[in-house]
Amino acid sequence: MAPLTRPRRPRRESGIWRWVILLIAGVYFILPLATAQRFAGFSSFSSVFTQPGFGAALWLSAQLAIATTLITLAIMVPTTIYVHLRLPRLRRLLEGITILPIVFPPIVLILGVLQAAPPWLKSSQWLLGLEYVILAMPFAYRAIDAGLRAIDLKTLTEAASSLGAGWATTLWRVLLPNLGTALMSATILIVALVLGEFTMASLDLFVTFPVWIVQFDQLNAQMSVGASLFALYVTWVILMAITLAGTRQARRTGRGEVSLFTVTTSNTTVGES
Amino acid sequence: MATSVMAQAGKPAGTSVSLRDVTRAFGAVRALDSMSLDIAPGELVALLGPSGCGKTTALRIVAGFEHADSGEILINGQDFTGVPAARRDMGMVFQSYSLFPNMSALDNVGFGLRMRKAGPAARRTRAGELLDMVGLSDRARQFPHQLSGGQQQRVALARALAIEPRVLLLDEPLSALDAKVRVQLREQIRSLQQRLGTTTLFVTHDQEEALSMADRVGVMRAGRLEQVATPTELYSRPATAFVAEFVGTMNRVPGELSADGTVAVLGGGVPVADARDAVPGPVDVLIRPEQLALAAAADGNGIVTSRTFLGPVTRLTVLLDGDTEVRVDVPSSQAAALEAGGAVRVTLPAVPVLVTPRRRAGEAAEEAAAVG
Amino acid sequence: MTETTTVAAPGPVPGPGARPLPAARRRPSGRLRAAAPYAGVAPFAVYVVLGLVIPMIEVIRGAFQAPASGALTTSNVSTAVHGAYLSGFENSLLLSLICSVIPGILGFLIAYAIFTAKRASLLRQVVITMSGVFANFGGVPLAFLFVSSLGSSGLLTGWLSALGLNIYNMGFTLYTMSGVAVVYMYFQVPLMVLVILPALEGLRPSWREAAENLGARSWQYWRHVGGPVLAPSFLGCVLLLFGSAMSAYATAEALTSGTIALTSIQIGSFLNGNVLAGQENVGKALGVGMVVIIAVVMVLYALLQRRAAKWLR
Repeated sequence: MAPLTRPRRPRRESGIWRWVILLIAGVYFILPLATAQRFAGFSSFSSVFTQPGFGAALWLSAQLAIATTLITLAIMVPTTIYVHLRLPRLRRLLEGITILPIVFPPIVLILGVLQAAPPWLKSSQWLLGLEYVILAMPFAYRAIDAGLRAIDLKTLTEAASSLGAGWATTLWRVLLPNLGTALMSATILIVALVLGEFTMASLDLFVTFPVWIVQFDQLNAQMSVGASLFALYVTWVILMAITLAGTRQARRTGRGEVSLFTVTTSNTTVGES
Repeated sequence: MATSVMAQAGKPAGTSVSLRDVTRAFGAVRALDSMSLDIAPGELVALLGPSGCGKTTALRIVAGFEHADSGEILINGQDFTGVPAARRDMGMVFQSYSLFPNMSALDNVGFGLRMRKAGPAARRTRAGELLDMVGLSDRARQFPHQLSGGQQQRVALARALAIEPRVLLLDEPLSALDAKVRVQLREQIRSLQQRLGTTTLFVTHDQEEALSMADRVGVMRAGRLEQVATPTELYSRPATAFVAEFVGTMNRVPGELSADGTVAVLGGGVPVADARDAVPGPVDVLIRPEQLALAAAADGNGIVTSRTFLGPVTRLTVLLDGDTEVRVDVPSSQAAALEAGGAVRVTLPAVPVLVTPRRRAGEAAEEAAAVG
Repeated sequence: MTETTTVAAPGPVPGPGARPLPAARRRPSGRLRAAAPYAGVAPFAVYVVLGLVIPMIEVIRGAFQAPASGALTTSNVSTAVHGAYLSGFENSLLLSLICSVIPGILGFLIAYAIFTAKRASLLRQVVITMSGVFANFGGVPLAFLFVSSLGSSGLLTGWLSALGLNIYNMGFTLYTMSGVAVVYMYFQVPLMVLVILPALEGLRPSWREAAENLGARSWQYWRHVGGPVLAPSFLGCVLLLFGSAMSAYATAEALTSGTIALTSIQIGSFLNGNVLAGQENVGKALGVGMVVIIAVVMVLYALLQRRAAKWLR
């Protein structure tokens, strides 16, 4: 019997199901976007910049985002590294503490903050910034922890110190460059968090970007929707760009896919090594 | 199926497995290139080769997890090419972590029987028997995460054998284990397989494993079978240079082949066992380290450049006149007297040798790269 | 005549490249030495205390304080579990239940649909990034998207009317519980996709193949192996969604301007000053109640995750 080249069917028919599910999901998610876009019209994108309060609100949010990111990373990166290296028994505790901001939702947190904060701090916008750091901690910890696990922190540090590097050099030249992706993903998560945070800002009576959107809706609904879409698109583009860049970099260092979003508290490693 | 499994006494009739011209490509890469292999009933055939040679692909095609682009898989003469994996009645042992984590060892072993609609009592008995066979009856109720790597693989073996498969497939089952455990498990697998008479296909990159366990070994490279033979034949009569160098260590010494079937090498004339498309003239003679004789001699033909103590033998590297390097295995007691830098005479006793066309420059590096 | 120099120190002379060893430091006393390693986490600890612990304490303290006198009282708590506030809790719990189980299932299906795709494929990246955007960005933009499409004068509502389906006449409205639930789905489903994906990836392909090899069909694999192994993770993720829905404020607020009876909204109204005399601290009691519920949920979640981690190693 002559061997023929037979076209073989793929064994799983679930390939079809996959597309059906994704199609339905896609429609469900894209439809409101599409209709919102239709509602807002494209002209709102250009004119939204000139609306009263837009610039100030966006600027406030941007400032808070930058400040929150810097402070969060400045605190979380050394602390996480330190705990991983020197106090491994505290890892559980650290994980637990960073979960607390999820258990104490922003709405309850702002309740306590407004009660406890001294007046001079309460009147300043930086109170929000400081509290945003607390909200950002779970995400920052997850991202940094995943990054540390993927690079085998202990071995790298020991190698560096055996070659004569002090801890500052190790941190700067060895660890941070290898944590690039983790830091990037942490930054993006924090920025997205701050730009979308409404609860604490509105109740603290500061007009950040999301607060402005809601207030402005009373005047001009189209503009509000336009601004929301604008913010959504920009975040989306940035996130995709970061993910693609991160994936390319990770592939070069042989680490496969980049996982940008880590929200779980499971013990499974998210980073691919 | 369940009743026949339970009621059967004595060994089931053996199953033969054949691969006929199986080809599989992944994109531009040919994982398997028209591979053909016949496995007799009750035989254990090992597929041996460096990573990427296609051995695992071949196994997975037999198992039904991959499909071949062309060619057939015949079981007892019947074409099984289109049959889904679940219906092939083969038992497979994976490299690692294949035990179901949510089930105890006993339930894992009984899973195949459950799929064949065996009742709980029958499952328990049969699974218990098999765990006994692999020496783990005291761990029947434990879960995979409570077992060591070696124990997990034994449970996996029991699970594969519980269904009395017609063919047993093993995908590098020992590579993830410690050296000592590996040797123990090797013996256990082989004795079980012989006892049950199950036709077995075993994939490995470890030649020691292949040589010690298999009835026949198929050496693969780049999707093709270079040689299929018994371990002894593979070792003493390698069909290609790749096989010669992949299995054990092989020296290549330049010599002159004469028309009368002898080759002049190392200062003497030696009969040729297998000329193998070498024409009279300059050739390479293939010699195993243990075939060479060595003695200290001030007027010798070489200098010892290094010694490696291997236990019972010591491997000496000798640089011969003419810049050829050979490795010679010498009993360690004798090697004690031979120091690095000492002059020696290396000779070849008059036994038939293998001869192959002389290798051109550069080919040596290619071969080394292929062996990995 | 040669000059001899005596080597001062006995023992080996350091080579040219060696640096002198630092002088031995004096060791601090016992207790200080034991505490020293913890100094590294001091900045973090201080920050957490100031930013999190103190507000927490304030809320708990205030919940049991009479607003005027500062005396200990349980009146706040009792008010918080009766009447309108009790309805608030009930509504919140019901809403959170619906908005965790349903998105849980939907999110799982979507995650399953993409996890079989190749790792760095465009499809996966797009879906994961979209999920990240919607899950993390917050409820306000989404609320407005829905208003413009499914609001009373929204475009989608209009299209459906043209097709004969006037949903508002059928009783649907975006500005009450059902509408809020619909909008919640929009960010709960992506959240589920993100959190269940790692668990799905923990399902080793060799389990599936081993099951197949032993004769199991697809549904049998899911029934005996895939389902049981994933169940703890799945439940855990649903719990996470529950907590997320409970604490959500922004979406409901943006949609309803605070007119809906949910616990988080009710807490908000206390901060806005909509409060009866003598009841100023009831908001804090509500806060404590909410925290207790979520804390219970999170503890269950942590326990389930630990079980899952054991199996999905």
